[in-house]
Amino acid sequence: MRPEVALPILIPLLFGAVSLAFWRSQRVQRWLGVIGTGALLWSSIVLLDATRRDGYLIMHMGDWAGPFGIVLVSDLFGAIMVVLAAITGFATALYSLASVPRELEKFGYYPLMHLLLAGVCGAFLTGDIFNLYVWFEVLLVASFALLILGGERAQMEGAIKYVTLNLLSSVLFLSAVGLLYGLTGTLNMADIAWKLGQIDDEQAGLVTVISILFMVSFGIKAAAFPLFFWLPASYHTPQVAVSALFAGLLTKVGVYALFRVFTLIFTQEVEFTHTLLLWMAGLTMLTGVLGAAAQFEFRRILSFHIISQIGYMILGLALFTPLALVGGVFYIMHHIIVKANLFLVSGLVYRLRGSYELKELGGLYRDMPWVGILFLIPALSLAGLPPLSGFFAKFILIRAGLETGAWVAVGVALLVGLLTLYSMIKIWGEVFWKAAPAGESAPETVERRSERSRGRDLYFFYLPIAGLAVLTLIIGLSAQPIYVLAETAAGQLLDPAGYIEAVLGVRP
Amino acid sequence: MKTQMNSLILRTTGHFLLPLLLIFSIFLLLRGHDEPGGGFIAGLVAAAAIALYLFSMGIKSARQVLWVDPRNLFGIGLTLAVLSGVPAIFYGQAFFTSQWWPIYLPPFGTLKLSTPLFFDIGVYLVVVGSVLTIVLTLAEAEG
Repeated sequence: MRPEVALPILIPLLFGAVSLAFWRSQRVQRWLGVIGTGALLWSSIVLLDATRRDGYLIMHMGDWAGPFGIVLVSDLFGAIMVVLAAITGFATALYSLASVPRELEKFGYYPLMHLLLAGVCGAFLTGDIFNLYVWFEVLLVASFALLILGGERAQMEGAIKYVTLNLLSSVLFLSAVGLLYGLTGTLNMADIAWKLGQIDDEQAGLVTVISILFMVSFGIKAAAFPLFFWLPASYHTPQVAVSALFAGLLTKVGVYALFRVFTLIFTQEVEFTHTLLLWMAGLTMLTGVLGAAAQFEFRRILSFHIISQIGYMILGLALFTPLALVGGVFYIMHHIIVKANLFLVSGLVYRLRGSYELKELGGLYRDMPWVGILFLIPALSLAGLPPLSGFFAKFILIRAGLETGAWVAVGVALLVGLLTLYSMIKIWGEVFWKAAPAGESAPETVERRSERSRGRDLYFFYLPIAGLAVLTLIIGLSAQPIYVLAETAAGQLLDPAGYIEAVLGVRP
Repeated sequence: MKTQMNSLILRTTGHFLLPLLLIFSIFLLLRGHDEPGGGFIAGLVAAAAIALYLFSMGIKSARQVLWVDPRNLFGIGLTLAVLSGVPAIFYGQAFFTSQWWPIYLPPFGTLKLSTPLFFDIGVYLVVVGSVLTIVLTLAEAEG
């Protein structure tokens, strides 16, 4: 019995509930937001450390033994994801102190944020496939509400697409779970994997069909090709702190689920399923980056890049060699921090200049060179320039691709890297480098200047951005220990027998 | 006020039904662990009782009879439900493992205090709070 495993779920749940009880007092809610996510960060680091030392950590909720009760399992991959979620949560909670308008805080912004984090951490830690569905729903309900907080027209339009496609995905997920339960008679993931290992040949076809259902369902959640439309339609509409939280975490929950299911449960027909994943990865990368090239709004460009980056992570899974999985895990670690940070920077730029449109922006480097540097670190890391974190992530993946002879995928990955660089340079050139557009109306600038001078709370913009940028630098400059961590995590992923033994106590 | 129905029968029975239904809901709540009942269904009954009172007496008296903002009930209930999972760790067991603390009360018998009871009370408050938040908001928007 290891209480560490449940803490990252219980802490946000508890803080969410307590901040709901303080419905009237936004001041209390705000500080509960920071303390709660801080506690979550602490508990997640404790969890990662314990998992690294002791291997799999198991907890049977309510003392009901698996495979009948719900089991929480922390393997290294799950623990890493929880830490990343906690980092993003803590950074956005700090950022929200200054960036979320007071009149929106009234509508339960902080309780929803806690609930979202509880859902995300629950999804990373559960060892039960139906429980995974429940956590998906928890985080989706919270995200629906966060997405429409403010109730503007564009938000509603984005939210409709978001809700429709995600509900479709949930229905597919649920049907697939039902079929799987009918086939194996269990919902415990380790038990399913074990039972599927002994299945007779007649039913092998059915297993493949179920695996495709899971692939489509998680593919929608991860915003992979072809059903990614909900993401660019909705991610640029909510509060920027919400965008950053979504960009860092939500699609990665889908990617996590793909990794979990296609390394643990569905490894019977790797030829077929993982080739399909490879196509999905390549097309996701390409469409995402081409979509970004056509955009001229800060947050929309970033949204499309989420899609193309998801492609890289799925590429790691699709190649399905030890090195490729290391690359996939490393990529997720790098990506969550960098992408959340880029959204935070876009919010800072909006706060300083009052626009997300590239053509209305300019000259920011001359006025505030530090903001430029804070943008360049995550941006160049996203594009994969050495010695930043993105370089090593891409390097490992491409190396793995070359080793398996997936020439087309490697070519696509390199091309997409180049186009990502183009996109980042476009933002840099338009927002920071070119002269500020002339003809700005005078009263507007005065108003903005007064807003700027009022902004003592600008610290809460700089603090999380700088913190995440430092993390990016750390991942890049000390890539070796991070690589070792990712390697161990990937090693566990490639050893389903170890997972099954840890959960059920028997070696298959 | 449109939500208030002008019916003598409803108004008269509303007075008597409210306490009866509330007692019934507590009966369901306490009965719920081994027999049909429980926090969710008891909460629905309690919320229905207040809603009935709302229709017969109007929004203002319904809020008075409730004396707390239903949104607060929601938060308090959720906190209670989550906290009820915690005591188990002090006994070195997994979260949400049920803990029982039977208390012997001479004239009545044994009172079985337990964490599932607190969890059920939490659920009860969450259900009452959320249903009444919705009902009262809709009633106010209409009337």
